[in-house]
Amino acid sequence: MASTDSHREDWRQGFRTGAPLALAVGVLAMSFGAFASLQGWPPWATVLMSTTVFSGSAQFAFVTATSGGAGLLTGLAAAALINLRFVPMAAASAPSLHGGRLQRALEGQAVVDGSWVAAQRPDGTTNRELMLGATLVQWPAWVLGTAVGALLVPSADVMYRFGLDVIFPCFFLILLLDALRSRPDHRWIALAAALISGVAVLVLPVGVALILSAAAVLLTLRPLTRTAS
Amino acid sequence: MTAVMIIGIIGMALINFSFKAAGPVFIGDRQPSPGAREMIMALAPALLTGLVIVELAGPQWSDFDWTALPGLAAGGVAYVKGVPDLLSIAIAVGTTVLLRIAVAA
Repeated sequence: MASTDSHREDWRQGFRTGAPLALAVGVLAMSFGAFASLQGWPPWATVLMSTTVFSGSAQFAFVTATSGGAGLLTGLAAAALINLRFVPMAAASAPSLHGGRLQRALEGQAVVDGSWVAAQRPDGTTNRELMLGATLVQWPAWVLGTAVGALLVPSADVMYRFGLDVIFPCFFLILLLDALRSRPDHRWIALAAALISGVAVLVLPVGVALILSAAAVLLTLRPLTRTAS
Repeated sequence: MTAVMIIGIIGMALINFSFKAAGPVFIGDRQPSPGAREMIMALAPALLTGLVIVELAGPQWSDFDWTALPGLAAGGVAYVKGVPDLLSIAIAVGTTVLLRIAVAA
């Protein structure tokens, strides 16, 4: 009985945690919907993408890559690389999920950055109910926000005058700052990625420059090599 | 272009589903090797940095507008100082707008 009450409270806490995240997600989704439309994406396709993918950074990377002159495979590679972090995140949460393989696979879909971080307990386990609740609140906000942005479609001039073009870089900057807060040693990787992408975008399509920035992770091989020796 | 969109959406949905399902279904309690895990976790900061740069720069740096930089700096500093993410983004947008108005005047 106590366990049931505890689970109910965890669900409630998940919804409470997800509410402010949903607000932020909705605003960002509007920006994404407008951005995709300005890149030539019809609203139905943009909304379908948000409904089935539900990953802002990957969706933005894909649209950026394909509209920046890169091909489908480059766009998919960019999206896949940026979402590769979900593999260890979901694996870390695996022992806390319930049911058979199918149910665990479905529950694993609740792994999104904000929810996953909020659901981590100090002992390294995941609060399953909190993570599911927080994600369930954010998903409709992401889809609805995308639809609003894709249908209203502010012009490029309006985007510039109202500073809306700054929303996504700032969103990614904040995610980056979060990542560096938990792993300050990754600042060298970020610096290398900035140099690589900054130079690459001078001569290569945007999507290719984005993919090349991933080469900065090769810096992680140095300490591993040292450890191995 | 429509075919690229549809294939892209289906591809991304499958990739995303697979990534999130792989651990719970196949890995269970086992974890990737420390080296693999380290490289995977380092991908996020690398690609996030790349996204910031290419989004600011655009093709051949043709979209670069210096007024976005102080705005981003203001938003970043606000976030580091504990301001919530949405408000930090609003600060970045507001700073950029004010700067653009000042420059245009």
